[in-house]
Amino acid sequence: MKVYGDGMSACVARVLLCLHEKETEFELVPVDLFACHHKLPSFLSMNPFGQVPVLQDEDLTLFESRAITAYIAEKHKDKGTDLTRHADAKEAAIVKLWSEVESHHFNPAISAVIHHLIVVPLQGKTPDAAIVEENLEKLGKVLDVYEEKLGKTKYLAGDSYTLADLYHVPYTYYFMKTGHAGLVNDRPNVKAWWEDLCSRPAFLKVSPGLTVAPATN
Amino acid sequence: MFLGSSDEMFLGIFIGNFRGTEPSENFEEGVPRYIPTTYSEEMFKNLDFEFVHVDLMGGEHKKEAFLARNPFGQVPAFEDGDLKLFESRAITQYIAHRYEGQGTNLLPADSKNIAQYAIMAIGMQVEAHQFEPVAAKLVSEQVFKLKKGLTTDQAVVAEEEAKLAKVLDVYEARLKEFKYLAGDTFTLTDLHHIPTVKYLLGTPTKKLFTERPRVNEWVAEITKRPASQKILQ
Repeated sequence: MKVYGDGMSACVARVLLCLHEKETEFELVPVDLFACHHKLPSFLSMNPFGQVPVLQDEDLTLFESRAITAYIAEKHKDKGTDLTRHADAKEAAIVKLWSEVESHHFNPAISAVIHHLIVVPLQGKTPDAAIVEENLEKLGKVLDVYEEKLGKTKYLAGDSYTLADLYHVPYTYYFMKTGHAGLVNDRPNVKAWWEDLCSRPAFLKVSPGLTVAPATN
Repeated sequence: MFLGSSDEMFLGIFIGNFRGTEPSENFEEGVPRYIPTTYSEEMFKNLDFEFVHVDLMGGEHKKEAFLARNPFGQVPAFEDGDLKLFESRAITQYIAHRYEGQGTNLLPADSKNIAQYAIMAIGMQVEAHQFEPVAAKLVSEQVFKLKKGLTTDQAVVAEEEAKLAKVLDVYEARLKEFKYLAGDTFTLTDLHHIPTVKYLLGTPTKKLFTERPRVNEWVAEITKRPASQKILQ
């Protein structure tokens, strides 16, 4: 399998975490985003939306990190971590539910914060404090829901680690480097969950690649 | 209330808003959009289900009894025996798999083919992350705000239409190769678009569909289906 993208991209990191959890060999092919290689026709033929990651598995080309990870988890369901609870339809549905929560509640808020606190300064521009504030508030409300859920189950979709937890990892890793780590650390169940996610061998292999750092807090 | 045909098994309780058109305070969350997706899927599958109305105008979705079903306080919520779900796309996928053998097939023709399934999954992610965030803002500005007596912000409409045009250009190219977004059969990928597309057909944004021949044909196909006709009434 080939993954196109860089380890510093949160969306690429989701795929790398999944590959490591499934003990699957792969080759990482860098794509120079600063030189806009993701907008070249050769890349657009793989992903017409011009975004990393892209996965190539023989003659199959996939994009969208959550579709890629679901494919990898299904193809290699008989080895490594059970990321989807595929054997039970109802449990599999709960994993999908909390994956949707990540997509539609967690991700929009946290990615907006990361964009303004980390990416925008790297572009030499000033972050929009109002957008940061608004999204920190939204994120806080999502984490309140997580705090309650994680008081009942060890992970979001139940008592084992699944894709629903995995999807959160890369942006949360970056978020904890901003001055707002308190949103996680002040919620004991969320904090314990996060520390557990960071202890996984797959995480320890991928986190060194998450090298984008905030310019200011 | 019971809805659906007489000959299929009882599915469970579907908790949401029947009419799907009442405005709520959560314009950005596009609340009414999600109910019809799940509702229409059940109609595609000709499943018997019980529809439990939630009084959005009265704030029922923010009260404790409902929050116990969905801590984010949004419709739809869903129950099948002891399984409780929320998030419309998690619900639709559950229904599509659980009732794979009956009604309309909403999965790829060979659902065990993981490559085909992955192609459908990409389409579902594209709908969720590229299409819906933009389209929902257009529906919010041009439909829901008016229902609440507010004015459309035309600057927002122009900005979001420019983004939607780029997404629809990708769809146009895709639909030149295939009849539907995930291949030559109708799947969940197409279904997830239906409610928002129906709303947009009632706005000037409709021109973005009519300007693109294959997109225009696809819109006509997915909205003329009997189940699609039944929603958002």
